[in-house]
Amino acid sequence: MDIRRLLSDSLDIAYRKHPDAIAVTVGEQDYTYRNLYEQSQSIAAYLREQGFALGERVAIFMENGWPIVPSIFGVLYAGGVFLVINHLTKAHKLAYILQDSGAQFLLSDAAVAGQFLPVLSACPALQAVIYAGATIAADCHQPLVPLTQVLATAAVEPIYPKRINLDLAALIYTSGSTGDPKGVMMTHANMVFTSDSLIEYLRLDDQARIACFLPLAFDYGLYQILMAVRLGARLIVCKSFAFPAQVFNEINRTQTSVFPGVPTVFSTLIGIHHKTPLCFPSVTRVTNTAAALPPEYVPALKAIFPNALIYKMYGLTECKRVSYLPPEDVERFPASVGKAIPGTQVFILDEHRQPLPPNQMGTLYVRGAHVMRGYWNKPVETDKMLIKDLFPGENILCAQDQFTCDENGNLYFCGRVDDIIKSRGEKVSPVEVENVLYRLPGVREAAVLGIDDPIEGQTIKAFVAIDADSGLDEKKIRQFCTAHLENFMVPKVVEIRDSLPKTDSNKISKKDLRS
Amino acid sequence: MTTDAAREQLRQFILNNYLFTDEQSALADDASFLDNGILDSMGILELIDFLDEGFNIKVAGDELVPENLDSINSVLKFLAAKAQG
Repeated sequence: MDIRRLLSDSLDIAYRKHPDAIAVTVGEQDYTYRNLYEQSQSIAAYLREQGFALGERVAIFMENGWPIVPSIFGVLYAGGVFLVINHLTKAHKLAYILQDSGAQFLLSDAAVAGQFLPVLSACPALQAVIYAGATIAADCHQPLVPLTQVLATAAVEPIYPKRINLDLAALIYTSGSTGDPKGVMMTHANMVFTSDSLIEYLRLDDQARIACFLPLAFDYGLYQILMAVRLGARLIVCKSFAFPAQVFNEINRTQTSVFPGVPTVFSTLIGIHHKTPLCFPSVTRVTNTAAALPPEYVPALKAIFPNALIYKMYGLTECKRVSYLPPEDVERFPASVGKAIPGTQVFILDEHRQPLPPNQMGTLYVRGAHVMRGYWNKPVETDKMLIKDLFPGENILCAQDQFTCDENGNLYFCGRVDDIIKSRGEKVSPVEVENVLYRLPGVREAAVLGIDDPIEGQTIKAFVAIDADSGLDEKKIRQFCTAHLENFMVPKVVEIRDSLPKTDSNKISKKDLRS
Repeated sequence: MTTDAAREQLRQFILNNYLFTDEQSALADDASFLDNGILDSMGILELIDFLDEGFNIKVAGDELVPENLDSINSVLKFLAAKAQG
């Protein structure tokens, strides 16, 4: 009998059933379930040898590629909690996440050594860095261990995590309105339940060939791995969508069947299609989340993917996914993000948390086994998101998003309650960008806004007041941002003013800046 | 346009728009735009627009590969090949 309680149980099962089936393809290289199982076990064996204790955290900071997959399962086998950090993250934020999570180990890559080496001394909990890629010669606090050496550690007997499904499996860091990223705590039960729910509505089986070019630090990317392993199917990993022709070749070569994208990806795809028509007959599922898929994209997507069901979805990291629109309804309800995913419920409530009649706007609440445990180390922020008094003893997630719901249970997104910016499908905290601007000498005032943009969703604009003798200009300000923020957070436009408008309570008035 | 003039124009485009500096040493001619975090997916698309506007080069869908677009040198090689073809 196949029992799946822990996230790693799916790998045991897939390995037992078909060890020589291909689990992961990266470029020309194929890796079987045996490769994945054995390398994950080696990583777990190494961590255990180093005295790694149950429930300790391991940060995984590397680009999309093969090593990230056994790293995730290795941490799970060792009984640990993994967190994947976007490889574009700069030193300052990396240090924050390592310190906040208290990660005992860092699994990384020599390619990003420039970001992690300078912060190691500021992370006392960190015992060692395991890295893939070229040899790093550097003096630092912690031992630097090549991944090849770790993979040479064979597990003497199979390592099984001594955990139950209420234990944490992952922390997923997401931008918060306070500026500091927050680690969303996800248990094994959360992630096993969610993987199954997604697989159910996407109607996938073990023949699926799932493409993943989205960053694995993004839960949308991460779940492509979890679904593939849950199904015993095949995952095709690409670094990114930056060079679309490379991804197209991979789709055709591997006969990819599942294509998860975000609106910027689809807009690129459609742009290319209008110049030179594209057609991918192997693809049977196209999924969109992170930002609304404009209804006018659908006809072109149907031409590019003639055999695919098109799914519009909506979610937030705190419960991974909230809703999906069944593909049969895409034309009937073009503006909707659909209904609650299988096994979950949603409600639209007013400010007194009372139910609203259909088509009236209110705040979205989410109920189900996918709702996070809370934010790591942040009880106050957790209490704002998890509501305890709606169902006795149960946490209900307040999505902080405004929605309406029609008579058929279809949800329509209206806007956010806080001022988080959504740009290119990534959540950007204006406060996080403002904090970086304030670190630049000469900046007196800074305010960051999202400006509506047809392709990016919102583009990031900064208003800055500077000292007259600071010598700062737009270029210098953006240069500083580039050095301290991930690319997608860097303001596209910087407007310099003598001073910024204030509210009566003397706070910077974003409303006045917007108008 | 000579290769040197094209190189100069390309370098200025990347330095001004992505590295925000006049420091020539900030960008090596063979540095991968993607691996070094100089450009992301959006940046590559902007580079394509720049090639269209600045060099009158139309990049076809199947030419969107790193061999053509991932460093100053690869773009120059690509421009030269397009001029030939």
